[in-house]
Amino acid sequence: MKKLIHSFPLKVIALLILVIVSCILFLTYQTYGNWDFALSLRSSKLLAFILVGIATSFATITFQTLTHNQFLTPNILGLDSLYTLVQTTVFFFFNGKQLLGSESVATFLLTIAIMVIFSVLLANFLLHKGQNNLFLLLMVGIILATLLNSITTFLQVAMNPNEFDALQTKLFASFNNINSQYLPIAAIIILILVIFLWFKSLTLDVLHLGDDQATNLGINIPPLQFSLLVVISSLIGVSTALVGPITFLGFIVANISYHFIGTYHHRQLFIGGSLIAIFLLIFGEFMVEQVFKLNTPLSSVIEFTGGIYFIGKIIYERKNG
Amino acid sequence: MIKLTDLSKKYGVKEVVSKVNLSLNTNKLTAIIGPNGAGKSTLLAMISRLISSDTGEIFLDHQSLKTWKQNFLAKKLSLLKQANGFELKITVKELVEFGRFPYSKGHLTEVDHQKVNQALNILGLKDLVNEDISTLSGGQLQRAYIALVLAQDTDYILLDEPLNNLDMKYEVQIMKTLRYLVKQLGKTIIIVIHDLNFAASYADEIIAMKNGKIFKSGLTNQIIDEKVLSKLYEIPIQIQNISGKPFCLYFN
Repeated sequence: MKKLIHSFPLKVIALLILVIVSCILFLTYQTYGNWDFALSLRSSKLLAFILVGIATSFATITFQTLTHNQFLTPNILGLDSLYTLVQTTVFFFFNGKQLLGSESVATFLLTIAIMVIFSVLLANFLLHKGQNNLFLLLMVGIILATLLNSITTFLQVAMNPNEFDALQTKLFASFNNINSQYLPIAAIIILILVIFLWFKSLTLDVLHLGDDQATNLGINIPPLQFSLLVVISSLIGVSTALVGPITFLGFIVANISYHFIGTYHHRQLFIGGSLIAIFLLIFGEFMVEQVFKLNTPLSSVIEFTGGIYFIGKIIYERKNG
Repeated sequence: MIKLTDLSKKYGVKEVVSKVNLSLNTNKLTAIIGPNGAGKSTLLAMISRLISSDTGEIFLDHQSLKTWKQNFLAKKLSLLKQANGFELKITVKELVEFGRFPYSKGHLTEVDHQKVNQALNILGLKDLVNEDISTLSGGQLQRAYIALVLAQDTDYILLDEPLNNLDMKYEVQIMKTLRYLVKQLGKTIIIVIHDLNFAASYADEIIAMKNGKIFKSGLTNQIIDEKVLSKLYEIPIQIQNISGKPFCLYFN
């Protein structure tokens, strides 16, 4: 273990090199001499990758510690479905075509705010109603997601087919769809939340011992759970609003960091996880753009590999558990 | 001193602890015994604030448990339920260091390291310091968790069946360690225990529980009594004195 701790800087350096190399590749490969255009277009994309990578890894690792389960992702709270519903409702009631591509900062903030309020209400309702049952919260999240999906489907069926088509393209996570004017706000929100988690990380380490042991060590679990859930859902909310729903990215990133970093220290996991997420996103996008010539969206690749990894992990744990 | 007044807890309609009034003396090793489902573990969990009571109050040093600050309480009273595994890689030493969290919040000082080393020595874990928790046997893991509670250095230590998974050598060693802590360091220890003979040999006081109520409590020699125990467990129990120590025989 001592050795592992000592080699943590080495691992970070290795990851940093990977990230930097893929950044350079991504920014400079095949610019057709049009440097200014390519750089300005790609660098805002790059910033989005970095933000989403950091938000996803912090949120998922914290969420898995909170739930003591390495299979869950925060998306189980139904945030994806809520995002889809909000977008669909906006399209349905405010003639989406006008909004498409020219979303204002206000809509961005509104989407995030609705997602955060929803999860705060959910957490408040379930965690403060006497029995403090996190898994009940998750179950309700799953069921609510189904309800929200049904409402969404209802609205989509009732919608004009052209609008539906426009909506459909918008809903799939796409890094081509991000509007660079959101990035500064998203960056500020994510930075604040990430700093909060960084200061909580020593307490998070104790949570690995289980809730009873953590209580024994003087941690007041219910308020901690509440504040962490709010932070997690805000992070996922910002990330989803930026690039749409990506379910499996967090799962892949968190599990790779547990194996690769090999520690229970959240600070190390956070750093490692963020770098891994950023690398996967940038390298993935580079491959999708340059090698596969945009035949598949990055999100599909992530969901596909993530799904396989998920099933693989379940089978592995079955055999070895 | 720990004082319980009218303490009750219901799970659904079943009352697992009903109207318990009790004073636990300081600087004593107190054993809680009784048949399965008597409410022993629930009582212990309520005293250590893991579950809330439905009615009644718990006073720790004349102050209601509810008014204690969580972090102060963690320096005053500790509980070990059962040793659970750990999802990620962690060494024995790092696990025991968690016991210092109420004091250091993760930034260990010289004093913290001393307390950790002391706890590791007492539990005989010196050779396992750098072992990964996942490679330990059940007994070693149990000892590591007891070391964590020791490192926490609280006046009151509550242990829920601490002898689980241990072989005789470590059973005896743990009980001797607990006696040492009470005698030399002035700790107050309360354990839930199933082995009557360990209770008879090492406890100062015994609380016998049955059906959520205090069946009888008193000094060890008052409880380790054929009539009391036979009635408590509803099987005939004989007590024999072997070299001055009482032994309960119930293999009939």
